[in-house]
Amino acid sequence: MRLLNLFKIATKAIILNKTRTLLTMLGIIIGVASVIAMLAIGEGSKESIRTTISAMGSNMITIKAGADTRGGVRQEASVMESLTLSDYKAIKAQSNLLSYSTPVVEGKGQVINGSNNWPSSIYGVNPEYLSIKVVDLQSGSMFTDAEVQTAAKVALIGQTVVDNIFPDGQEPVGQMIRFNNIPFKVIGVLEEKGENTFGQDQDDVVIAPYTTVQKRILAIDHLNQIMASAISEEEAPNAVIELSSILREQHKLADSEDDDFHVRSMEELISTFSSTSEMLTILLVAVASISLLIGGIGIMNIMYVSVKERTKEIGLRMAVGGKGSDILMQFLIEAILISITGGVLGVLLGLGATVFIEKFLNWPTSVAMYSIVISFAVCAVTGIFFGWYPARKASALDPITALRYE
Amino acid sequence: MSKAIIKIEDLKREFTMGTETVHALRGISFDIKEGEFVTIMGSSGSGKSTMLNILGCLDQPTSGTYEIDGVRVKDLSRNELATIRNEKIGFIFQSYNLLARTSAVENVELPLLYNSKVSTEERRKRAIEALEKVGLGERLHHTPAQLSGGQQQRVAIARSLVNNPVMILADEATGNLDTRTSYEIMSLFQELNKQGITITFVTHEPDIATFSSRTIVLKDGAVMKDYKNENIQSAANELAKLPKQDD
Ligand SMILES: Nc1ncnc2c1ncn2[C@@H]1O[C@H](COP(=O)(O)OP(=O)(O)OP(=O)(O)O)[C@@H](O)[C@H]1O
Ligand SMILES: [Mg+2]
Repeated sequence: MRLLNLFKIATKAIILNKTRTLLTMLGIIIGVASVIAMLAIGEGSKESIRTTISAMGSNMITIKAGADTRGGVRQEASVMESLTLSDYKAIKAQSNLLSYSTPVVEGKGQVINGSNNWPSSIYGVNPEYLSIKVVDLQSGSMFTDAEVQTAAKVALIGQTVVDNIFPDGQEPVGQMIRFNNIPFKVIGVLEEKGENTFGQDQDDVVIAPYTTVQKRILAIDHLNQIMASAISEEEAPNAVIELSSILREQHKLADSEDDDFHVRSMEELISTFSSTSEMLTILLVAVASISLLIGGIGIMNIMYVSVKERTKEIGLRMAVGGKGSDILMQFLIEAILISITGGVLGVLLGLGATVFIEKFLNWPTSVAMYSIVISFAVCAVTGIFFGWYPARKASALDPITALRYE
Repeated sequence: MSKAIIKIEDLKREFTMGTETVHALRGISFDIKEGEFVTIMGSSGSGKSTMLNILGCLDQPTSGTYEIDGVRVKDLSRNELATIRNEKIGFIFQSYNLLARTSAVENVELPLLYNSKVSTEERRKRAIEALEKVGLGERLHHTPAQLSGGQQQRVAIARSLVNNPVMILADEATGNLDTRTSYEIMSLFQELNKQGITITFVTHEPDIATFSSRTIVLKDGAVMKDYKNENIQSAANELAKLPKQDD
């Protein structure tokens, strides 16, 4: 009964002071919404980096000829001819930590179909390449091991190549094209991958058996790279160590000699990216904390002032018989109603803003549950505390002192 | 002889403002018996409001004792004081103190909101009755801003009556009213007084004092005169004697 009365008093007071209520709520709404939207943007970019990396094949390992060039210029890898097919065979035979592997030879040249031509790159690989790079086919099929054996003149092409040499929307599969004047039969089109994180067009490629590319296009015996895929992301670093020791043995390197190849896993790339996204997270948390702090101070001010300004009302309520606890309960109910409503509206606005950012600005977003919980909790607790605290101070006064407050 | 409902002894109230001390009450003693109608008079600044606030349990004296109905106010907790204010006292402020943007009837209901024994329906019924008694039956839903000064004062009077108090403390409750209306209010008070309610009424107007049974005059925070009124006038009679209104 008493609580019901106080609830009625509180709701009446809220309705009576629409402007004040709205202003107080606005502080909470904006505080909550901005934190949710900001963290959604941050989490979204982190997630998009993560998906980009795993789309590139996070288990991928590449072996190139030449020493590690990071931290100082050594010889250019393509000049080195130290990586050979027997290296590849040794790796294939000895390694236990790889699920796929392929020799890689690469070259640049002109792709021609009738009067259309287009400068592109050709990669000579074996059928496992698709699994390593995590690429699917749009149409057609991959060449077979038998076709690799026989150095068949078959190729798969990426969408960019299709767009440029088949401008009329012709079906490429089954057509004959030429790469540096060598004829190839198109047997498949690669799934579109778009640009990678570094801005390279991943669809501007021609894939053919490595034997064909070695013999017919490049006329070389060595390999440019060996690409492999570790059995899991966790095993990738161990695979790197294992591969190094296999190759050192193959190349008969003495302990004093440096590697004449280098093995690199995506792990390193991932660690670079994750430290970047760590930074991003720290930055975001800092920005969010600051905006929460500012929002909190805003809520605190407006709550404090609006309750303080009602000291006279508190005095009157006590003069006609309201107990200190009645007054406190009334203001607590008011503060809770305002803070919770403001908090809920803030969450809705934050989610709305996130959808808007995603839809109209095309930024990746991802709403984190913790951002909702924390921002809501901080704003609501601040609102409730600073609605209650000045009321507690006022209700501890003698009624007449409170009534005289100007 | 009936018992003293108010008993004050050597009551002092000082206000310190920085280094200065204002002696608003300099040691006041008197009793008010149940059923008395006392007017308090005195020039402006003599301490009438200060004293009435203490009698209404709204303020604490600096020193001296105040017993209400035989209980020392000092010994009562804040909650007990709140209950006394809520159930036993009707207080009319010199400056009305109505809740802004709140209708007359809701202002009058206010004390009953803090009394959980009174139901919502009864609360509304009693508030309307109280407003009708002070002649504002037609103004139930007007907010203070929509009422004249005298009407606001009458809302404040209605609010002091709504809890059926045993004692009414009025601080210049007719200060803003014309003669006719103030006589109407005085006749209402006389009627309530006849029903046994003790009334303490601060006023500047000597003719208002003639309606009471006793007058206490304050000067500079001390009691200057305290006398029984032998010839109590009836406000109802005086009202009848007033020239008829033109309209
Ligand atoms: N809160 C206060 N702080 C300081 N001085 C005060 C306070 N309240 C009252 N006084 C002083 O106490 C004295 C008595 O004031 P009080 O209001 O009781 O006078 P009053 O008799 O009611 O006058 P009036 O007829 O004008 O209403 C005045 O000198 C006033 O300045
Ligand atoms: Mg006064």
